[in-house]
Parts: sequence; structure tokens; C-alpha cells
Amino acid sequence: MKIELPQVGESVTEGIIGRWLKNVGDKIEKYDPLVEIITDKVNMELPSPVKGVLREIIANEGETVLMGGFIADIETSENEEGANDYKFEPDTADQEIGTTGILLKNTAPVGPTGSGGPIQQDESISTPDKKQLSKGRYSPAVLRLAEENKIDLSQIAGTGINGRITRKDVAAFIESDLTPPQNKDLPAMAANNTNPRGDQEKISLSPVRKMIAANMVKSATLIPQAWSEVAVDVTGMVLKRQSIKKSFMDKEGINITYLPFVVKAVAESLKKNPLLNSSWSEEGIILKKNINIGIAVAAPGGLVVPVIHNADLFSIAGIAGIMENLVTKAKNGKLDLPEVQGGTFTLNNTGALGSVSSRPLVNHPQAAIMTTEAIVKHPVVREDAIAIRSMMNICLSFDHRIMDGAEASAFSMSVKTLLETINPETPIY
Amino acid sequence: MAVITVLEAIREAMREEMRNDERVFIMGEDIGARGGVFLATDGFLSEFGEERVIDTPLAESSIAGIALGAAMSGLRPIAEIEFADFIWPTINQIVGEAAKVRYGTEGKLNAPLVLRAPQGGGVRGALYHSQSVEALFAHTPGLKVVTPSTPYDAKGLLKSAIRDNDPVIFLEHKRTYRLVKGEVPEQEYTIPIGKADVKKPGEDISIITYGLMVHHCLEAAQIASSENISVEVLDLRTVRPLDVESIIATVEKTGKALIVYEDNQALGIGSEVSALISQHAFEYLDAPVIRLGGPEVPAMPFSPPLEDMFMIDAEKISTAIKELAEY
Repeated sequence: MKIELPQVGESVTEGIIGRWLKNVGDKIEKYDPLVEIITDKVNMELPSPVKGVLREIIANEGETVLMGGFIADIETSENEEGANDYKFEPDTADQEIGTTGILLKNTAPVGPTGSGGPIQQDESISTPDKKQLSKGRYSPAVLRLAEENKIDLSQIAGTGINGRITRKDVAAFIESDLTPPQNKDLPAMAANNTNPRGDQEKISLSPVRKMIAANMVKSATLIPQAWSEVAVDVTGMVLKRQSIKKSFMDKEGINITYLPFVVKAVAESLKKNPLLNSSWSEEGIILKKNINIGIAVAAPGGLVVPVIHNADLFSIAGIAGIMENLVTKAKNGKLDLPEVQGGTFTLNNTGALGSVSSRPLVNHPQAAIMTTEAIVKHPVVREDAIAIRSMMNICLSFDHRIMDGAEASAFSMSVKTLLETINPETPIY
Repeated sequence: MAVITVLEAIREAMREEMRNDERVFIMGEDIGARGGVFLATDGFLSEFGEERVIDTPLAESSIAGIALGAAMSGLRPIAEIEFADFIWPTINQIVGEAAKVRYGTEGKLNAPLVLRAPQGGGVRGALYHSQSVEALFAHTPGLKVVTPSTPYDAKGLLKSAIRDNDPVIFLEHKRTYRLVKGEVPEQEYTIPIGKADVKKPGEDISIITYGLMVHHCLEAAQIASSENISVEVLDLRTVRPLDVESIIATVEKTGKALIVYEDNQALGIGSEVSALISQHAFEYLDAPVIRLGGPEVPAMPFSPPLEDMFMIDAEKISTAIKELAEY
């Protein structure tokens, strides 16, 4: 029985094969971990869907496989039709290829690699067929649109089943006008270049890069976004953190940062301003009942956004604990799928990078995104005297279809007020 | 504008046409003294008298045969078959004869009759009170087959059917009779036979449907919109002749077609619609054309859970929408 790479989450279209946890010839129980799958959202161990003997590894470590593509062949006792025309002699030596796949990945752009890949001595017909299906065949609507608009379909990342390019993908591609001449001419220019150093260099796109790009295009093209910035006096919050920093570490083993305070203030403000916790649809605005705050984390592979589910139900200390766990997992690439799904609002601590003002893009299909900027000591006027206060900007981008400046500002002002009232007396449990 | 039920709309249409045109009369089982099994003709006997409101014996072949003879002689009969499940004895009179009158006499005679019948399931009616019969009649050139879904459509289409010079099979879904209410204008209006109606505009997927299923499809479209899938719902209203132009227009717009009907799926209305789409809108298709119709089972089961499994509902339609959207 040929094992397919299953669909492991919405908007995920392909995965990279990680380490195989079973060898060819191994006996496998149903649900035994079979192989590690690395996707742009999450890394997971794929359990075997059947009981049997691993007959063949079709996709080797490092290969990129489309969802639905074949990755292995397991001989099962129930499945006789396959066994009839293929007498299997376990021969592990021939099958252990491993590193060839990695080499291949470095030379070919990301996508289904297969052709010219690791040597396969059996006549596996289904593998090339599957590839043909997803890459070579387009619907009549897609072909017509591509021809009318002179589009090279290989430039489009499909969002349909098995990475199919849909009519909407082509329409979005045309609309986003991602076909400026320099893009098209790039390979030609590179080819004609006589300068040995070259004028430019192309970095092939990783799945994570592709996914981030697609999401950003969606955000920038589908959502009319407005932006505002509010200065917050966080002197009290700074004092509070200083006063509990050591005891918190002693007690909980966690370094308390400013972010849990902000998450708490945001969660409470979302409750009071539900429009900020919603999604746009042509039929109406969909209010989300749960407050699930995504936190943008710069992981080694690229941006990931783990989600604190029902953030409004937790104390500041509780949020700190959840975040510690999520951020560690994110940095190690160990997030599970549910931990990156279901976000209703996104928070990005751009201040950690030194920024004092930024204009984030709304995480489609959410309604708004907020950044916290660097905390800087500023001379400010307090009761007609100049005082030195710890100031922090918060920046908000929001979907102007869903709300107007009044609602967005009410939210920002609520966050500001909550943060400014934090003092050494504020409870964190 | 008054808000009335489908049943009231049908009653109004017949009453208005009988008042306007002396040639119009009604006949059928229990339609007079009883006022019809669903009370569609309640009060007609006292208003129009026994000459124009005729209770017949339980003999569907003679109901259709007498209606055909009267129509060929210059009258405009509205014959009621109490339940569409009992329409089969009329096949000879309707398919064998009425459909061929105008063609066979080179236009010298015509058969302006309406055969009304309540049909469809979802009413716990089991084998003999749940059938859908449109496809069998729609197969025959010379007939018109109308399947309204709302009070507005039912009234406007029935008036057109009564005024039409060809035999019209007018199939009313029992479940819509009292369940579906809608606005109907006070003033006179008709709806042309053979014109489909966009019940809800959308961008991503076209659902082509008719009769009761229109309402389940609208519900499923509502669910889909919360997942950012925009569904267009086209109500065929008439299954013969089909409004090919509207079918092609919606598919050219969305590129994805789902055809929903309660009748048996195989060789049903959806099969014809599907063929028309692949012939005329091929270059606009972005996914296979999908039919969602009744299962390969001879009749509606008696057991309620099994009937629920048999019937197409918003949930089944939602699943189909999702799969098509993801394609």
C-alpha cells in the first residue's frame, strides 16, 4: 500500500521529509511513528496508517513532497493486489540512500523534486503520475486565463488540493501584479550575463518564505488597512517587573518579560472592543467568541506565530508560563499544529528588535495586529514639570472595512490605560 | 406586500385565473367538497360551482385523459394529481399523447392543460408519498415541467402555466407548502416559464438547483460565507425548458458548479445540466462539475433516520461546497 503525505493543516501545501524512523524491512504496527515531516507551520511525526512491513521509502530525507504525494510503500497482509505483481525481497542495502536527497534539494528550487532524484530501481508508476497530475495539468479556466494574460503558470504557487493552481490563484496573481518585467527577465538576464561575478543572484524560495510571501500579498491586496500609533507611559510596568523579576525566577523558573503584561491588557481590551477580534466576510462581520492571541516569534526557519488560546482566561503569571513554553517550542521547531492555529488577533514585539515605530500588516483573515515598540526613557511634561518617564509606542494596523478610527482608537486607548495603571501593587496571579 | 405561504400562492394563482378566464376549470380527487387534500382549492366549489370544480373518481388516467380532451376542445383544465406518487397511470395520456398533440397535428390543435402534483420527501411520507417525478417528464419534448421554490415564483409561474398553450407539469414540493413564506405583490404579475433566477449572488462556486433544495442550498451558502466561501445559488424554477443562458453565465462567473437535486441523481436533471456546462462552458471550468442528488435507492425509506440519510440537507451541501472550494 502506497502511503501518501497527508494534509496536515489548512493552507499547508507541501512538506519536507525529515528523518525516517523506520528502515526498509521493519515490521510496523498501526500508528507507529513512521517519519518526521517538516512543514512551514509545524514539525510532526507521521504515524503509520496501517500495520505491515515497510517495503520501500519513496521520498527520502530532505525531499519536498506535495500533500497527497507518495512517500512510502508498506506491505500489508490485507492488500494482496499489490503483492501479486511485486515479489518483495528485503534488501536494505540498496534502499539506504539518505543524503542524495539533501544534495538534490540544494540544486533544485523547492517543489516536488522526484525527477533526477535518488535512484529507484523499481518501476513505481504512481510517483511520476502523481507529479504529472499536480504540476502538468491545469483546469480549462486556468489555461484560458494564463493564455489571455500571458502568464507562466510555473510562477504561481497553487492553493488547491495537492498544490493545484486554481482559477482564483491565477486571478490573485494577475491582481497582485506580481509579474513586473524584471521578474520575468531575471533568468534571461542571468543567462546573457558575461560578467563572471554576475549582476544578481537568485535565492530559491523555502516553503516558509513562500507561505509568508503569499500571506503578505493576501494581507496587502485584500485588506484596506489603516494605521495608528499611541505613546504609552510604562514607567509603572517597568517598576513592577523590576520588583518581581528575581522572585518570579526563583519561584517559577521563568524570566518574566513585559509581554505577558501587554497580552493581558490586549485580551481585556479585545473583550471590550469585540470588532478588533473579528473577521471580514462579504455577508457580514464574523465576531470571534474566543480571544486567541498570536505572538509573532522569529524562529530560525522564519516567522512563526504560536497562539495563546483564550488569553483572557489567564493571569499575567499564567500567560508568562504559556508563552515560555510556546516560544521555546517555536525556537526549536517543535510546535504542534493546534498551537499555531485559531489565532484571532496578532501581537508583535517589534521593540525587541530596537524599533520605536512600525507599520505591521494585518494577519489575514484577522481584523487587526498590534506591535509593542522599544521602551525608551523620554523627557515628558508632567504637571507642568519635565519628568523622565519610560515610554513605549504601540502601533495598530486594522481592517478599515470592519471598523473605523473610532473603534480602533477605543481599543488602543484601552490598552494604554490598562498598561499605564500597572504599578508595583498590581497582582500578577 | 402580503407575506403568504406557497400553498396560498398556488390557491391565489388558480383563483385569479378562474376569475379572469371562464375556460379555466379544475378537476381532481377531493378537490371540491374537501377543498383538496392540502386545501389548495379550499372554497373553490362555493365560488365557482360544480361545473368548474369537478371531483373525480380515483382514476388518474381518466383525470389526465379528460383534461387532455377538454384542452384540445378549447378549455383550459387544471388537473390535480393528489400526490405525484400516483401520477404514473397518466404517462400514456401525458407523455404518449398530450406532449405530441401540437406536433402531430402540425399546429392545428394544442393541449393547454396544467397537471398539478405535490411531490418530494422530507415529510415522513415513505414510499408512496415522497417521490420526485420531474426527470421522467422532463425527458419528453412537447412538455413543460415547472418546479417552483417560493410563494412569489409559485404564483407567477402557475399563472403562466395556465395561460400556456402547451401541457405543463406543475410540481409543487409538499414541504414548501406551509414551511416557506414569502412576499407576493398585490398587483397582477406572471413569471415566464423557462427563466432561472439567481437567488443569491456569489463569486467562488455556483450551485444550480430547484424546488425545496433551493432553501437548503441558501442555508449552506450562508454557512459557507462564514468560511469566506462565496456561493451563488441559481434557482432553475423550470426544469424543461432549461435556462441554458443563465446556467452558462453563472459557471462562467465562478468556474465551479455544484448541482443539487432531491430526485435520483443518475440520469436526473443534474446530469443534463452537467452535460450542458461541459459543452458550453468548458473553457471556464476550474473543477469537475459535481452533482449532489438522491441515492441509488428505489424509494424513500419509512424509518425517520433512514429518510434523513436519504434526503439532501444543508450539511451534505456544505460538505460538497467545501470540497469543491478546496479543489
